[in-house]
Amino acid sequence: MLSGTNFDLRIDETAVNLTGASRRAVTVNYSLPAPTLRWKQGDTVTLRVSNMTGEDTSIHWHGILVPANMDGVPGMSFHGIKPGDSYLYRFKVKQAGTYWYHSHSGFQEQRGLYGALIIDPIERPPFQYDREHVVLLSDWTDEDPPRVFAKLKKQSDYYNFHQRTAGDFIGDVRHQGLGSTLSDRLMWGGMRMKPTDLADVSGNTYTYLMNGAAPKGNWTGIFNRGERVLLRFINGSSMTYFDVRIPGLKMTVVAADGQYVHPVSVDEFRIAVAETFDVIVEPSGQDAYTIFAQSMDRTGYAAGTLGVRAGLKSDIPALDARQLMTMADMGMSHGGQNTPAVPGANPPSGHDMAGMNHSGHQGAMQSHPFSEEGNPLVDMQAMSPTARLDDPGVGLRNNGRKVLTYANLKSLFDDPDGREPERTFELHLTGHMEKFAWSFDGTKFSNAEPLILQYGERVRIVLVNDTMMTHPIHLHGMWSDIEDDAGAFHLRKHTLDMPPGTKRSYRVRADALGRWAYHCHLSLHMEAGMMREVRVQE
Amino acid sequence: MIGVVRLQLMALILFSGITSAFAQQQQPVTPIPVLTDEDRAAAFPEVGAHPHEDLWNSYVLFDRLEWRAGNGERTVNWDSVGWIGGDINRLWVRTEGEVDRHNARDAEAHALYGRAFSRWWDFVAGIRQDLRPGPAQTWGAIGIQGLAPNFFEVEATAYVGASGRTQIRLEVEYELLITNRLILQPRAEINVSGKSDPRRIVGSGLSTGEAGVRLRYEFRREFAPYVGFEWDRKFGRTADFSRDNGDPTRGTRFVAGVRVWF
Repeated sequence: MLSGTNFDLRIDETAVNLTGASRRAVTVNYSLPAPTLRWKQGDTVTLRVSNMTGEDTSIHWHGILVPANMDGVPGMSFHGIKPGDSYLYRFKVKQAGTYWYHSHSGFQEQRGLYGALIIDPIERPPFQYDREHVVLLSDWTDEDPPRVFAKLKKQSDYYNFHQRTAGDFIGDVRHQGLGSTLSDRLMWGGMRMKPTDLADVSGNTYTYLMNGAAPKGNWTGIFNRGERVLLRFINGSSMTYFDVRIPGLKMTVVAADGQYVHPVSVDEFRIAVAETFDVIVEPSGQDAYTIFAQSMDRTGYAAGTLGVRAGLKSDIPALDARQLMTMADMGMSHGGQNTPAVPGANPPSGHDMAGMNHSGHQGAMQSHPFSEEGNPLVDMQAMSPTARLDDPGVGLRNNGRKVLTYANLKSLFDDPDGREPERTFELHLTGHMEKFAWSFDGTKFSNAEPLILQYGERVRIVLVNDTMMTHPIHLHGMWSDIEDDAGAFHLRKHTLDMPPGTKRSYRVRADALGRWAYHCHLSLHMEAGMMREVRVQE
Repeated sequence: MIGVVRLQLMALILFSGITSAFAQQQQPVTPIPVLTDEDRAAAFPEVGAHPHEDLWNSYVLFDRLEWRAGNGERTVNWDSVGWIGGDINRLWVRTEGEVDRHNARDAEAHALYGRAFSRWWDFVAGIRQDLRPGPAQTWGAIGIQGLAPNFFEVEATAYVGASGRTQIRLEVEYELLITNRLILQPRAEINVSGKSDPRRIVGSGLSTGEAGVRLRYEFRREFAPYVGFEWDRKFGRTADFSRDNGDPTRGTRFVAGVRVWF
């Protein structure tokens, strides 16, 4: 860990061995993950980042409010850092909490350039703890990341070895009857979609890491009995959502994306790529607990141990059963599956029945931007998307555990801006699975105009997910203040998870002048074009 | 009447004035920082272009690269397709052929410009060059290709050649997952000709049909050995020409090969 106000960060290529084979990772100060940086709110930090590699690089401070030229996005904030050059980042730290930093150049994040960023608050936090650990989750592949991308462009289901087979068909006929099985297959086949498509890149190539260690490396965080332990979870993956739990322990979530929330006690949470959650646990009764983070597509897991000393291990649970997507998951209402929504029957609750039928604003058919019409890069459109803030998500419903949802994450503070948005932008997340093409409104970044905001204004952004993948959407430079079903301020975040078939809205206060990246944080989706520039001007 | 309209207009102006004044009065709880020149300089530094998504990708697939035996013959056959380009516009190359112990019996290649025009379909246009059988000939080609409902891969191409010769070819392929690595691939192809060409043993009307079934095992996605059967049949006047030459009009052949792509 590095703390203070002056930092020298040296980006280099370093040999690592995470799977039994030696590979070259992109590292900071020879470390994978990059060293944890510890700042203090109110300080001015100075970071000299030197590039010792042979390619351009950059560092972006994820979720940190900085002047645009400190944001670290090549082509928007600066030129990037050329081989042999360095860049001096210097800015005042306005906020506190758990964040992370990573490269914004090419596939360097996938190759290891990510690290935790902890900012100690000026004022005492609204919770107490005796000890803390960073739990940084990530995905690692021995393959060259551009190869992974190229493979998906050639065959988008390359890494999915859990597609439905002839045997599954026979099994379904036996259990559900021929008619129902056929109609199910024809419905999916008619859309040319696969209900097993939960992740583009799977455990087939990924090794999932906890603080840089594969499961057999057994990263261990120490505790003493009776201590309250703060765990700072960060998902620094390129492409992987994790479902995290610590069997035997309740977790009290106290912050999301660095910002305090009303404490909520859960058994499990799904962490989207780029999100952070601070949780407090009080281990007692066992010497060791497993921190278990299974990938959303159930093809692997990251795991480590909370133990009273090093070298302990507890049982590692089996992966949960793999679940199929349903048409309801994708915002497709179709005959018989949708029961009418009951207005008001949507209290924030951890125990969710399922799916979409109990979300606030059900109703009219979703309209779509003209640019999606007949667009070869748009393979699907959600018909009746809803916010589903109280939906734990596919694979986590009714699993007997209390699972965190956005509905039960509520900012501990009132709307810091207070104004009603004057303008609303609706943007659709779009894609084409077979082509592995990703975009907003059917227009890839290379062909898209910036979204222009006036300095000081407050706008509402409504996102509609017209794909069957889940997308973590990140706006640089400014907060994304998620609205609840009634349209009121609910939760301040820097990265908003957008599961398939959802329509979610958030407020943005345009108080950061400059050009900002706005994109899906699945790095291959961003690389494929699911990105925009948001320009805040006077 | 005019007075009423004017009154309404005035009320409207007054009302909108009030609402905009109200909107202006709504101040953020946290004030918006007043910008300094330093802020402005930091906000819009001179930067290069943002690196855009890779515009070019490519794919080469040998869907069939196989040894065939049957009807007392042994041949080696291939069928490949490849593309280079972006998500919308691509250059497509298709080649296929058959060689026996002595020489190439059948060989052709397509070079096509392809453009995705809807979710699942590409328009293609270009040329096809036949090298065998018979003297070489060139066709103009136009067609569509894509993914039909329920994942049937379809290619339909129409050809126009010298001396008013025309042809239509339709190919359909499907992949049935026995497991996620053991895959059964049925396929069918028919050719229809507008005009007879006895030198190349082609009669007008429905001329030839092929059907195949191949069972492959994907050791890797890119590398899958397979075995299977291929049936071919000549129809109508094409069959007549074949019989005149003393050739069979239908055949069943065992195939063994490898499907590879990169």
